[in-house]
Amino acid sequence: MLLEVKDLRVEFPTRRGVLTALNGVSFSIAPGEVLGVVGESGAGKSMTGAAIIGLLEPPGRIAGGEIRLEGERIDNLPYEKMRRIRGKRIGAIFQDPLTTLNPLYTVGRQLVETMQAHLPLSDAEARQRAIGWLEQVGIPAAAQRIDAYPHQFSGGMRQRVVIALALCAEPQLIVADEPTTALDVSIQAQIIALLKRLAREQRTAIMLVTHDMGVIAETADRVAVMYAGRIIEIGPVRQVVRHAQHPYTAGLMASIPPLDRRVERLAQIDGAMPRLNAIPPGCPFSPRCPEVFERCRVARPELMPAGATDAACWLHDQPGAPA
Amino acid sequence: MVAFVISRLLQALPVLLAVALISFALFTFVGDPVAAMLSQDASAADRTALVHLLGLDQPWYVQFGKFVGNAVQGEFGLSYRLSRPVSTLIAERAPATLELAFCAAAMTLCIGVPLGIFTGIYKDSWVSRLLLTISLVGVSLPIFVLGMLLILVFAVNLGWLPSFGRGETVQIGWWSTGLLTASGLKALILPAITLAVFQLTLITRLVRAEMLEVLRTDYIKFARARGLTNRSINFGHALKNTLVPVITIAGLQLGGIIAFAIVTETVFQWPGMGFLFIQSVGAADIPVMAAYLLLIALVFVVINLAVDLLYYLVDPRLRAKR
Repeated sequence: MLLEVKDLRVEFPTRRGVLTALNGVSFSIAPGEVLGVVGESGAGKSMTGAAIIGLLEPPGRIAGGEIRLEGERIDNLPYEKMRRIRGKRIGAIFQDPLTTLNPLYTVGRQLVETMQAHLPLSDAEARQRAIGWLEQVGIPAAAQRIDAYPHQFSGGMRQRVVIALALCAEPQLIVADEPTTALDVSIQAQIIALLKRLAREQRTAIMLVTHDMGVIAETADRVAVMYAGRIIEIGPVRQVVRHAQHPYTAGLMASIPPLDRRVERLAQIDGAMPRLNAIPPGCPFSPRCPEVFERCRVARPELMPAGATDAACWLHDQPGAPA
Repeated sequence: MVAFVISRLLQALPVLLAVALISFALFTFVGDPVAAMLSQDASAADRTALVHLLGLDQPWYVQFGKFVGNAVQGEFGLSYRLSRPVSTLIAERAPATLELAFCAAAMTLCIGVPLGIFTGIYKDSWVSRLLLTISLVGVSLPIFVLGMLLILVFAVNLGWLPSFGRGETVQIGWWSTGLLTASGLKALILPAITLAVFQLTLITRLVRAEMLEVLRTDYIKFARARGLTNRSINFGHALKNTLVPVITIAGLQLGGIIAFAIVTETVFQWPGMGFLFIQSVGAADIPVMAAYLLLIALVFVVINLAVDLLYYLVDPRLRAKR
């Protein structure tokens, strides 16, 4: 396994007590694999990504569990050691390309400094490679555009630059946090296709965080569904989309409007995700779950095999449960 | 670029004319120079003759035109108090004020900016908290109190530094400098500190606030995610992005230091323009006051132009718009 996350717990100490933002999150990513992570806002998707690259916003902190990259623990590394891993072994792509590039430096300079932070390259070599990367991500006239500033690029082009920046030190894993959310719909597909192609060519694994099921279905090999700081279902993307085992995932899939027939009402899940300081005992989804029963309200289900996926749901732990 | 400079200079013209009008109005509204110049037993005929000699019987716009025409040539007439050309008086005093101002400004930037960066990066350390508390004292302490305290401690009690004057000066052309003699440098220390403390605390707080702002931005987070070193993030990416507001304030401060060194110069009997101005106010010496006002307006115009040019260098987005 390239990345293994085991029982990860992230806490935010506040004046009114400690909030647990992530609780018992476990998953792994194989080399070259694309893992999609979906869920509502506040479910902990981005938080998981931030914990992996070691950039949780203070006062957030990893309070338990471990993160391993190729078997080596990286969740407790000192800042400088983790810095050498960021960019070099784990790259990152953020949501809004308009704000992720430093407005005062040319894109070339930002690429060069990133490569030189991790690879022993001379200025000329780094510049040459930077032009190569801009070509790779599909920036026309890269040799001229390298000396342009971010504001001289459109949003879609800037996200291409961001992708080049994330890939330029050739990391094994990229944490892409909502990489297309801020883009025009027409450009989203291009960016996803680009990301997918480059990842395949470089054999880079991707953790693709998004709330867009369409992007996941198109891109990911496996998908993890998060709810209230936990993974409640994880499995191969086809299985999760077509044969969701957790009632929440099923609701999520049902809420995607079908294109091939008219529907009177869009399906929706009643209620809202609980706030972090008010997560019910037992299954966090139980107050909204259409199939809730007594056990759900008192005991918390862990991920368990359910059909072709793993789901955290007591429905799958009963004698004669639907498989 | 050249067009930009020219357009800025043209914009500055109305400002300078407005200040010139105010300076000119001083002659009419503050005191009566004729009464001051005539002896007590002068006759009405003497008075009329003097008024005519000074051109004060002409319409105001003609007088104003002459005033501006002379001012452009650096000609501000004679000081009522010292009976010497105002331009000579100011040229004698300017080096003292400018040396003091630039020393204070250099101290402000060399200490204030690093302190601001430090307290911005380590915002929760006790050293930062201590520095900020001290800076609050610096902001609230009146300049003259600080000056007198410094004199009391370093000049009177310890006897290390002189309490007034500029020490020995060396003449280089028309510029008299105190920077080349030991006594000149010693004399500079206390007034420069006095002048710098307020500005320094302001710059520290400004840089800190801007750093805190910038360090929260996405591009700084992304720079961290790219694995750049802390040094390059803090001093390259973050600091450069704080510069535009810092340059603005630092420019205004420099103008302020030059223009309003009056209190410090008075406390230390520093032979600069501010001290000259305060003496002139006491003696209703209007030509000196008028010239001083215009000079200060010019200083601010020049500094603002320099600030605009610096923006241009720092921020590529501004370059693109022109």
